[in-house]
Amino acid sequence: MATDPNPIEHLIGLLARLPGLGRRSARRAVLRMLMQPEQAMLPLAEALRAAAAAVQPCQICGNLDATNPCGICRDSQRDQGLICVVEGVSELWALERAHAHRGLYHVLGGTLSALGGIGPEDLAVQPLLARIEGAAEPVREVILALPATVDGATTAHYLTDRLRPTGAQVTRLAQGVPIGGALDVLDEGTLAAALKARRVV
Amino acid sequence: MAPASALLLTRLMLQDFRSWPSLTVPFSGRIVLVTGPNGAGKTNLLEAISLLGPGRGLRGARTAELGRQVGGATGGVALPWAAAGRFRDPFGQEFDLGTGTPEDGPPERRILRLDGAPVRAQSLLAERVAAVWLTPQMDRLFQDGAGDRRRFLDRLVWALEPHHAREVAAYDQAMAQRNRLLAQERREGMRADAAWLAGLEDAMARHGAALAAARRGLVARLNALMAEGVTGAFPSARLTLQCPVAAALAEAPALAVEERLRADWAASRGRDAAAGATLIGPHRADLVFTHAPKDLPAALCSTGEQKALLVAVVLAHAGLIAAARGFAPLLLLDEVAAHLDATRREALFAALAELPAQAFLTGTDAGIFAPLRGLAEAFRASPGASPGQLVADMDFVVPDAL
Ligand SMILES: Nc1ncnc2c1ncn2[C@@H]1O[C@H](COP(=O)(O)OP(=O)(O)OP(=O)(O)O)[C@@H](O)[C@H]1O
Ligand SMILES: [Mg+2]
Ligand SMILES: [Zn+2]
Repeated sequence: MATDPNPIEHLIGLLARLPGLGRRSARRAVLRMLMQPEQAMLPLAEALRAAAAAVQPCQICGNLDATNPCGICRDSQRDQGLICVVEGVSELWALERAHAHRGLYHVLGGTLSALGGIGPEDLAVQPLLARIEGAAEPVREVILALPATVDGATTAHYLTDRLRPTGAQVTRLAQGVPIGGALDVLDEGTLAAALKARRVV
Repeated sequence: MAPASALLLTRLMLQDFRSWPSLTVPFSGRIVLVTGPNGAGKTNLLEAISLLGPGRGLRGARTAELGRQVGGATGGVALPWAAAGRFRDPFGQEFDLGTGTPEDGPPERRILRLDGAPVRAQSLLAERVAAVWLTPQMDRLFQDGAGDRRRFLDRLVWALEPHHAREVAAYDQAMAQRNRLLAQERREGMRADAAWLAGLEDAMARHGAALAAARRGLVARLNALMAEGVTGAFPSARLTLQCPVAAALAEAPALAVEERLRADWAASRGRDAAAGATLIGPHRADLVFTHAPKDLPAALCSTGEQKALLVAVVLAHAGLIAAARGFAPLLLLDEVAAHLDATRREALFAALAELPAQAFLTGTDAGIFAPLRGLAEAFRASPGASPGQLVADMDFVVPDAL
């Protein structure tokens, strides 16, 4: 590999592309690391390499983990008859942080958007249906933990329709999730309360 | 109007805002007049005041337009700008509200600061400041299509119920997606996913019923206030919301109306696909203004009569805000007196003097404001030679300071 003529700028540029990091904070982070390359930089590089090699999406639920199926899917202590459907891994992690859900998850990979060109076949809808059909232990309840946006609500309505033949009860998060609110930025208390007060749709 | 007291703007500072290079002006009147020739910057001044609060101000302008343009029409640049107001609330508490482009940020971004601290949520602003306005552009409301009247009504609702904007946006978004799916179906000849359409129609029904209910509620409250005579001797208006959804809400519970909307839209997919649009729903509503004393629709009224109708609605709206917030909003009345005859002008001035609100009025000619001598404070704006000048007009001396 040719040596980069400007490794510092290259690194800043890479970091600045990450969500939540502008150029300014990327520059601060790089400066801090460069002052302690042995302690702060090489372990980070190693951790990045290891994570990139080991982590993959779970074939059952879509979560990201170093094992496949993921740790949640392999945990027999969790309620196998309860599946919580989330838009993305970020929402799954938010719910896990809140310790609010004792069942399994299903990552949809987005929400329906006619304007964004995202249709049912772009989401993990078929895998969800197949998973419920083929489950060893019957799925009693599917919780739709989707954002309270137009697209989130439309997707929930759509899934309710598609899930009807499976016989599983379909529930949604109750009010308390602010309209337009993204799940992964809600505080854990609100999330736990919303999950507890879910209702049948 | 409710016995609330006024929110007062006691000082305005502008830096490179539109035609104003820099300006600092203290206000001590409950009625403030700004006169001057065309292009002197009078409307710009009102616009700056209207930006000290939620929303995009009385021109609905993009932030990038607001910086003073230098260097000619072609290849000119817009300078970073700022507008700041010092306000006194009804309890005598002063606060500073500033807005403008950030120091090192892009010119399209606008920040707001309350007492120096960034304002994160516009809803917090609404608790502190409010303004209602009337501009010459709004005269077109009676000629233009129903869409402009609907947007006018939605702005009035929004000033009282900030979440209304989200209901409207959510409804529009769901409808745009439904139209898109139906258009695809028509173009590609394949059946659109019925469950997906039903999901969108469900969102439309929920948000549509909510926004129709909010519009209906506001129209009823405005009419009640105008019937009570909030506008004094000023001729009053009556509003009618033409919207089957709003009408249905008068007869059935909202959930039943939502149910019916869902059924209607599900049944009209074929027709709507052929039309390329959703043909029924609250997005087709119209707002009809009636001149109450004459019992004539606005379209058949004279220019001056139409102006009077708008004034009546704006004053009633200010009354509703005062009742809801506990303080009367600023009234920004651009060129309002020009179209009114002497009798109506005096009725307007009398109504303004009665209101607890602080009012800013502009006009090209100070003479028409003569009846306000002794009641109002006045300034003369002068363009050109000495830009950014606002000179106290000594013909008008405020009797007692605020
Ligand atoms: N971004 C800008 N930069 C510089 N000048 C601007 C900018 N935007 C508007 N202007 C100028 O500001 C001037 C004053 O405009 P304004 O609409 O306030 O005038 P006015 O006093 O209300 O006049 P009228 O009596 O015709 O309504 C106009 O000449 C206009 O060209
Ligand atoms: Mg003007
Ligand atoms: Zn898994």
